[in-house]
Amino acid sequence: MTRQQVLDLYFLDARHKLIELAAFLDRVERAEGEDDFRLKSFRAALAKLNGKKKHKAKTVLLAFSDPTKKPIFAAATKAACGAWPGSK
Amino acid sequence: MRYIEPHAHMVSRTTDDYERMALAGCAAVCEPAFWAGFDRSSAAGFHDYFCQLTEHEPKRAAKFGLQHFCWLGINSKEAEDVKLAAEVIALIPEFLKRPNVLGIGEIGLNKNSRNELRVLEMQVELAATHDQLILVHTPHLEDKLKGTRLILDVLKNDRLIRPERVIIDHVEEHTVEMVLDGGMWAGMTLYPETKCTPARAIDILETYGREKIWLNSACDWGVSDPLAVPKTALEMKKRGHRAAAVEKIIFANPEKFLRQSPNFKLPG
Repeated sequence: MTRQQVLDLYFLDARHKLIELAAFLDRVERAEGEDDFRLKSFRAALAKLNGKKKHKAKTVLLAFSDPTKKPIFAAATKAACGAWPGSK
Repeated sequence: MRYIEPHAHMVSRTTDDYERMALAGCAAVCEPAFWAGFDRSSAAGFHDYFCQLTEHEPKRAAKFGLQHFCWLGINSKEAEDVKLAAEVIALIPEFLKRPNVLGIGEIGLNKNSRNELRVLEMQVELAATHDQLILVHTPHLEDKLKGTRLILDVLKNDRLIRPERVIIDHVEEHTVEMVLDGGMWAGMTLYPETKCTPARAIDILETYGREKIWLNSACDWGVSDPLAVPKTALEMKKRGHRAAAVEKIIFANPEKFLRQSPNFKLPG
């Protein structure tokens, strides 16, 4: 596909998702309280979108990922929350 | 358009879903053993589940002209209890003789714990001993990267495992390359909220190629779409992929991998 064709097929959908994302940030920032590790990871991932570097989806996924290599002692929960609590 | 649904948890779906899949061109559905949404209290619960997958569900699918195949194993969400897992694994060999069983799956990791890893190793050994195909579940969200690395280490360290007989499922942009580089097959799961959307799955195909890769809906009792594979085929057509390229991804590729099991036979 040409860049024009990609834009014709996906621009409105991407625009919609970007506004949803902006509205989410407005919503969470309107609410009282502190950022937690999820929002910190989210902001770090957002910062990866700017610029012309390739593989942005991969970079965002890595920003949310547990980078450690050893298995944990035991599973205390079955659920994943979307961001690694050890993120700074 | 014909397609194979290589990963669907049909025990959680209605007969309407079978009908819609058949109408959309589904030729066969493959059902890995998985977590029921709650922990089973004994190995007997798994025994009944394996009977459901090998006896009852094929009959339900056949009412809609669909071939039904399954994979057997204990999923990673119930693998923290190693004693229970060992009891369940001991049940599996007797079921491997049944005609719709394709191999061991879905096994893998969930939270990347030591016990999960131990149970994964036990099931990889089971597959190697019985010369079975392997279908691996990779963890969710923040745990996927680490879990995929740990899983690949286990598989690569077992000299009896042939990588072309292993499918690593639920890959995304940050894990697909390491799976394909390891000589294994990669599965992309199409979910509305997590894993891959149709658009992202096609991005991955365009970036990493069409070899050793398939699409699946992994539809279950959660938010999921049993028609995700044919919908992605439609999206591929919108993006200008030729009919033969679409058919390769949704039919020829899964058929090529699954045919490695002598039990995978489609009617002429």
